[in-house]
Amino acid sequence: MIISKGVFKGGVAAPHRKNTAEFETIRMGVPEKVIIPMLQHIGAPCKPIVKKGDIVKVGQMIGQSEKYVSAPVHSSVSGTVTNVGSVVHSGGMYIEAVEIKTDGNQEIHESIKPPVYSSDSELLELIKQSGLVGLGGAGFPAHVKLAPQTDKNIDTLIVNGAECEPYITSDYREILENSWNVICGINILMDLLKVNNVLIGIEDNKPEAIKVLTELAATSEKINVVKLKSRYPQGAEKMLIYSITGRKVPPGKLPLDVGVVVMNVNSVSFIAEYVKTGMPLIKRRVTVDGPAVKNPSNVDVFIGTPIVDVFEFCGGLKTDVEKVLMGGPMMGVSQSSLDNPVLKHTNALLAFGPEFGKLPEESACIRCGKCVEACPMNLLPLYLNLNAIHENVDGLRKYKAMDCIECGSCSYVCPAKRHLVQSIRLGKALLRKKKV
Amino acid sequence: MGNTLILSSSPHIRGRDTTQRIMIDVVIALVPAIISGVRFFGPRVLAVLLTTVVSCVLWEYLSEKAMKRRITISDFSAVVTGVLLALNLPPSIPLWIAAVGGFVAIVLIKQLFGGIGQNFMNPALGARVILMLSWTQQMTNWTNPLAPDAVSSATPLAVLKKGHEIVDMVRPDYLQFFLGHAVGSIGETSVLALLIGGLYLIYRKVISPVIPLSFIGSAALFGWIFGGNTPFTGDFLYHILAGGIILGAFFMATDYSTSPVTTKGRIIMGIGCGIITSIIRLYANYPEGVSFAILLMNVLTPMIDKYTIPATFGGEGKVGKHI
Repeated sequence: MIISKGVFKGGVAAPHRKNTAEFETIRMGVPEKVIIPMLQHIGAPCKPIVKKGDIVKVGQMIGQSEKYVSAPVHSSVSGTVTNVGSVVHSGGMYIEAVEIKTDGNQEIHESIKPPVYSSDSELLELIKQSGLVGLGGAGFPAHVKLAPQTDKNIDTLIVNGAECEPYITSDYREILENSWNVICGINILMDLLKVNNVLIGIEDNKPEAIKVLTELAATSEKINVVKLKSRYPQGAEKMLIYSITGRKVPPGKLPLDVGVVVMNVNSVSFIAEYVKTGMPLIKRRVTVDGPAVKNPSNVDVFIGTPIVDVFEFCGGLKTDVEKVLMGGPMMGVSQSSLDNPVLKHTNALLAFGPEFGKLPEESACIRCGKCVEACPMNLLPLYLNLNAIHENVDGLRKYKAMDCIECGSCSYVCPAKRHLVQSIRLGKALLRKKKV
Repeated sequence: MGNTLILSSSPHIRGRDTTQRIMIDVVIALVPAIISGVRFFGPRVLAVLLTTVVSCVLWEYLSEKAMKRRITISDFSAVVTGVLLALNLPPSIPLWIAAVGGFVAIVLIKQLFGGIGQNFMNPALGARVILMLSWTQQMTNWTNPLAPDAVSSATPLAVLKKGHEIVDMVRPDYLQFFLGHAVGSIGETSVLALLIGGLYLIYRKVISPVIPLSFIGSAALFGWIFGGNTPFTGDFLYHILAGGIILGAFFMATDYSTSPVTTKGRIIMGIGCGIITSIIRLYANYPEGVSFAILLMNVLTPMIDKYTIPATFGGEGKVGKHI
């Protein structure tokens, strides 16, 4: 095990609240219906390739796209397609989705068989067909990340097990419950990426995970576990790369540009499982927690399951629920409806009562500079806020709005409770609009 | 079910810090200096303090009411201004002048420019300077109320002036300076009391040590180089212990609204304050330069902020191109 020497500048000491850390994953049954959106990743949405009335089986591809940056979607259940139409996506916009009434048989589609491959390009194509996207929350298509780089020299694979968001223990449970899959996945990726240096980053508030993987990796000199300081946003790609390797990804550049590929620990583990079974990404572990959840748990959920069913499975919600989040409290997305489905990159479902539901009221900026100290990207959030409010495009450019990673550290520390990230998001949207 | 769900932009949890908590911390940090003031100048100090605080809070309330703004007296920032103003006044100040000071600080300097966070100069210091120019005699009367018959001597700083013969008798010893002495404005009596408060603010992360250190450090350096009869013989310890540097460096120059937000900017602020203070002390007509130095740097703050925008993480060493 290596102890990380550097730590990124800024960030916040967010509370850990890993209440579900010791809760072994429990499997949830097949829901009555699933809703599978055609966009569960960063990139182009898929087109549905099934229609109303079709019979579908587990693992069957039901949506795909010709675009490169995209990932196909598969049916997580067997049953009948009852609707193909537009639904409100968990992110707030309308998106096409396939609704399937389940038959409970979970009959597996004929196409599912352990894959055979004889070259890197075949493996890459398989990974694309598996529908894998970054399972840590971002949802970036895995095959794009892993594609061979002709002009860049990739020498390091970083496995992201930092899990710095409060509450979430989905990655942690994967490390404890499927540790061999993590190591197998790493070996597959080492071959694919032709790298001899793998660093698994885990925050020091998860000593058990560090111990387990350190023991398994002991036989290989190429794989090392790096113990990271627990500080939010340690798991953010750029911060993680810096803490582990000391390399800085320049603004507007990718980890590839500094010779690094970063994969979430769940994604790595999934690849190992997929190579064994050929079953595409149809289910995942979701941490269900928050003060308004009766029985916090880690649940293995079929993708497309309405979140209300997941909460019901965990004993239901307390009556005072005011806010439901997909993802963690720092970067998660608040949900408009409990009918929204679980997506590929849903790592947590959190429910809050009145104590966290409403955000505190904004007051005037006192220029204390705490947001500046907290910003891991070295930006000046107070000035971004000012320029965003006044829709000052030049000002937003000058203060580099597009470099904001929206980690939420500035809003978290602000004593005046200003909605800094929210305004910067609007500012970024304005810049994108002006660019066109 | 049937609940209405709240939608909001992340983050969905917030830290514990509030504006009010920060302001209360500043008041707590000033308690040792207040106690020290009372010890050396007697209970009259409390009357001055009460006058400035009540005046500041009252004017904050009245001006916000008149301008139809949200009433923000509960954020305690007016209380902080009141306390700082009192500490910057001579102990013998007539109470009505102290009350006018509250009006100048809150209405003229703070609220007319937009309220908290918007003022372009430190309200308490700005008020002190305006009072000084308006009622020079009362503002420079250093008589100790506890010993009204004692001959009012020049403040220790007057002896620093270039061309003055330094008379050993006038100069109190360093330890006395550090622990406390009955000369100067209410808040300047004890370096120890001010340091306790300053360290408390740093410990509570209310202020960063950058401005105090660069302010005091550059003043000491300047005093050492130019303060003596020949270069590099200046009494730098005397330079920083006497007068208002400690009060100014920890409590006035660190005022959020009127100091830069980046570390680089804060270093510039501190060094600017230190150098200007020393120049005024050594070469200009006024005995003390801390107030003017800080006010000058206050008005430069927007420009300092503008020219110290840091490079984005990873973009150091080159001018990043952004969309």
